[in-house]
Amino acid sequence: MPPVGPRSGDAIFANVERVNAELFTLTYGAIVRQLLTDLEEVEEVNKQLDQMGYNIGIRLIDEFLAKSNVSRCVDFKETAEVIAKIGFKMFLGVTASVTNWDADGTCCSIVLEDNPLVDFVELPDTCQGLYYCNILSGVVRGALEMVSMKTEISWIRDMLRGDDAFELQVKLLKQVPEEYPYKDDE
Amino acid sequence: MATTACFVIVSRNDIPIYEAEVGSAAKREDAAQLHQFILHAALDIVQDLAWTTSAMYLKAIDRFNDLVVSVYVTADIHTRLMLLHDSRNDDGIKSFFQEVHELYIKTLLNPLYLPGSRITSSHFDTKVRALARKYL
Repeated sequence: MPPVGPRSGDAIFANVERVNAELFTLTYGAIVRQLLTDLEEVEEVNKQLDQMGYNIGIRLIDEFLAKSNVSRCVDFKETAEVIAKIGFKMFLGVTASVTNWDADGTCCSIVLEDNPLVDFVELPDTCQGLYYCNILSGVVRGALEMVSMKTEISWIRDMLRGDDAFELQVKLLKQVPEEYPYKDDE
Repeated sequence: MATTACFVIVSRNDIPIYEAEVGSAAKREDAAQLHQFILHAALDIVQDLAWTTSAMYLKAIDRFNDLVVSVYVTADIHTRLMLLHDSRNDDGIKSFFQEVHELYIKTLLNPLYLPGSRITSSHFDTKVRALARKYL
C-alpha cells in the first residue's frame, strides 16, 4: 500500500506563496479584456484562453506533484477527487466537489460554488458566447495530459450565464500507456 | 418618494453614460428632454464648484422652477453623478449618491466594461432604481 497523500489542500494552501485576490482577479480580467480587443471574435478568445490554460497546466502539474505528495491514483475517480479537493484548493484557494459520474467512471463533473476569477465580472451583451473561465478547463486538460490522461473538458454551468454554480465536465478519452521515449536496442 | 427625479451619470468626456427617470409622477412627454436640458446647463457650475471643495457631495447647486439639481463628483472629478429632484430630503440624497457611487465602482472593476462607455448592465439599473425608491 503506497503512502496516502493529504486529503485536502488546506495545509498546502497555507504554505504556498499567495497574491492579493483582487490583484489576481483584475489581472486575469485585463488578460481577457486584451484578448477580446486583439482577437475580436469571442470564439477565438475561448480558444486562446483554453490554449493558455493548457500551457499553464502542463507546467503546473509538476509543481502540484512536488508540493502535494499525492501518490499515484488508482483510478480516474480518485484523480478527479484529487483535482477538486487538492488541486483547486492549492492554486485557487477554493474547493470543488465532484459529482455526476457516468456508469463506467470516465466522465464526471467538477462543481465550483465559488470562483475568485469572476468577482466583479458581468458579461455584457456583446460577449454572450464567452467562457470567461475557459483558462481553468485548459489548465485541467494540460495537467492531466502530462500524467498520461487524454481528456475532453467542457463547461456545463456558468454563473456568468445565470447558473447557480460553475460546472466543468471532465471526460476521460483514453489513458496513454507510459512508455520510454527510446527503444532498447538503440 | 419624490414625485420627480431624474438621475444621470456623466462621464469624463461629458457624455451621459447612464440615465434613469426615477420619479413616481406621471410622465410628461417632454419631461426627459427638459430634465436633460436642466442637467446639461448645470454642468458648468459643477465644473467651477468641484475644484473649490474637497467634498464629493456638492449639495444643491442649481434650480429650475421647483426642480433642484444635486451633484456628487467622484474623487477624480471626472465622473459626475447628477440628480434632478423636487424633494428636500438632503440626507436621503447623500446616502443615495454614496451607494450609487459604490455600485459605479463595482461596474468599473468589471474587466469587460470599458470606462467611459454606456452602462448597459441591467443589474446596475435595477439596483439604482431600488436605491431611488429607498432614499428619495
